[in-house]
Amino acid sequence: MVLGAAGCSAGSNGGGTASGPVQLTYRIWDASQQPAMQSIADAFHAAHPNISVTVQLTASSEYWTKMQADATSGSAPDVFWMNGPNAQLYESNGILMPLSDKLTANGLSLSNYPSSLDSLYSYKGTQYGIPKDFDTVGLWYNKKLFDAAGVKYPDATWTWQDLQSAAAKLTDSAKGQYGILAPPFGQENYYDTILQAGGSIISPDGKTSGYDQPADIAGLKFWTDLVKAGYSPSLKSMTDTYPSQLFEGGKVAMYYGGSWDTLEFGKNPNLKGNTDVTVLPQGAKRAVVIHGLANVGYAKTKHPKETAAFIGFLGSQQAAEIEAQQGGVIPAYNGTQQAWVNANSQFHLQSFLDEVPYSVPFPTSKNTSVWQNQEATVFGPAWDGSADVASVAKQMAGIMNTALSKEK
Amino acid sequence: MTPFAAQRTAGQPARAGSRRGRRPSRNHGWGWAYLMIAPTTIGLSVFYLWPIAQTLYYSFTSSGPFGGHTWTGLANYQALGGDPSVGQSVLNTLLYTGIQLAAIPFALLVAALLNQPGLRGRSVYRVIFFLPVVTMPVAVAMLWRWMYQGDYGLVNYLLSLVGIHGPHWASDPDYALYSVAAIGIWMSFGYNLVIFLAGLQGIPAEYYEAARVDGAGPVRTFLRITVPLVSPNIFFVTVLTVINSLQMFDIAYMMMSTPGSAAGTANPALPRVRSISYLFFEKAFVEHDTGFGAAVAFVLVAFVVLVTVIQFRLQKRWVHYA
Repeated sequence: MVLGAAGCSAGSNGGGTASGPVQLTYRIWDASQQPAMQSIADAFHAAHPNISVTVQLTASSEYWTKMQADATSGSAPDVFWMNGPNAQLYESNGILMPLSDKLTANGLSLSNYPSSLDSLYSYKGTQYGIPKDFDTVGLWYNKKLFDAAGVKYPDATWTWQDLQSAAAKLTDSAKGQYGILAPPFGQENYYDTILQAGGSIISPDGKTSGYDQPADIAGLKFWTDLVKAGYSPSLKSMTDTYPSQLFEGGKVAMYYGGSWDTLEFGKNPNLKGNTDVTVLPQGAKRAVVIHGLANVGYAKTKHPKETAAFIGFLGSQQAAEIEAQQGGVIPAYNGTQQAWVNANSQFHLQSFLDEVPYSVPFPTSKNTSVWQNQEATVFGPAWDGSADVASVAKQMAGIMNTALSKEK
Repeated sequence: MTPFAAQRTAGQPARAGSRRGRRPSRNHGWGWAYLMIAPTTIGLSVFYLWPIAQTLYYSFTSSGPFGGHTWTGLANYQALGGDPSVGQSVLNTLLYTGIQLAAIPFALLVAALLNQPGLRGRSVYRVIFFLPVVTMPVAVAMLWRWMYQGDYGLVNYLLSLVGIHGPHWASDPDYALYSVAAIGIWMSFGYNLVIFLAGLQGIPAEYYEAARVDGAGPVRTFLRITVPLVSPNIFFVTVLTVINSLQMFDIAYMMMSTPGSAAGTANPALPRVRSISYLFFEKAFVEHDTGFGAAVAFVLVAFVVLVTVIQFRLQKRWVHYA
């Protein structure tokens, strides 16, 4: 059907390339975004009948393993998703197609996207990725549980203390009901509170860990205290069942979740009408981690011209609008974010955009996964109460500093 | 097994040819022979021998995440000693292997029960026990993960009926390895059972009749006739179990990941479940340290070879080939 439609529009549209039909592969990892990506690929094909794009979904847990194997053997997909933690690794190893010289020819301008996202995908002055979307973290809450406990809904005035006292009131162990979910997640949980306490995960020059600083320990302790007090399900429960699923089950009142949860929560009939989201409570100051994906091209693709053209289309306003309508993520193209807020009007999604002015980029280094892979394992004992927060934080700082010193 | 089979086919045409006088020269026959074994030889070289040589080379290098190897000699092997997770994962793997070995007698016992003359529906039992063997490990692990769920899982629900408050089987460091090992037993039980059944059916009924005439009870018959006569099968199953258990990866990997999570959210039990293969995967593919990962893989290979050689040496003492 798609081919037929494309065939009809071929005559009226001169956007195709002169060469024969070209098949591009576009690899993504999020099943919930697959329909939106397919629509974008179809729209691109309609404008460029000679180029068809196969959207290839790879499970997120295997995505990077597979990418690494494919990139090593020279068979990576033409276009694929890139994230912050892996960007420098791929850029510095020459896996990605440099885009700086291809921007204007493909209708791209970096001024169309938030500059914090552009810079995440620029390495030594060269642009390698075009921002696709961004995400921030908000405080999702279950209104039904708040009403039942007689607690006022959270709002922008909330501080850490407000959250802690609300969590206490909303916890009812007899009913198996919890005030909040406090899993050991970086972006959703302790990165934000560490920043709010005035700490940092990694130094601005990317050479040292901040975990041994008092503010970092305070940011971690915020969560371990909630678990220790019994306001959150235990670490073991949150390992057996993914936290967002526990929140969707309706037994937990508050959840630090990303803007990416919108699509999933919006589809859940249990949450309809009794769930909303607001900005994160503030600690010593306001802060939230911002992260965004980019579309990148493979340096050794057989079709560099077509690949660049498709990346150009992915970075266009038209693609961003399709994403805003269908996807659960905030498109990176300036001016299309409002469409995303409007498309999901059952939640107060403006909260996620309100946080952007004080947002901090996701912490990365050249080989991020070496130390990020260790975080949850090292912090685990503090979360289940068998180790002291300060000691695991210092242990993690040691591991991280060793890892960072090995990056050249 | 395949190379030996290939050799046999290779020898026969040459002999047959010369005897019948149809083949003018011996060389002609050998040409055919090489042609016949070529598919297997090429397959083995490409998919086994070359990767093994490559991995051995990598284990002496420091490598970039996307290739690019610089020779560092024994540095990776020295680093193995300094990494506490290596020792722990060796212990985890040995414990897992020990548990798998301990389950073998049960497979033999069940096989002996199924082999009773006059038992009805033997093939039905055989299918039921064999079903887990042919099921995808990933699907199996997901199913068990669901049953092991600490708060709402089936296992703890059943335990609660008899008043036991069960732990979080898959995320409690004290239980997780045993939970994983239980799945391993469940998955290999049917395979072992079928091997044992085949061995049992090869034992002539006269031996049992003679034993009965001599007044031996079922236990004595089992220990003095059945076990010695299936000892080649026991040996085979033991060697295979050890090799498979030492390489345990898929079940542990599935059990340690959180269902529904995007990134690898660490399970608090991971340090106590992480096998040598799992460590290899983490080092080589998550942390992009291919050289260190290759060294881990070679420690595992050395381990498997050593244990298997010991087993073959010891077999003379207890395995009876009829």
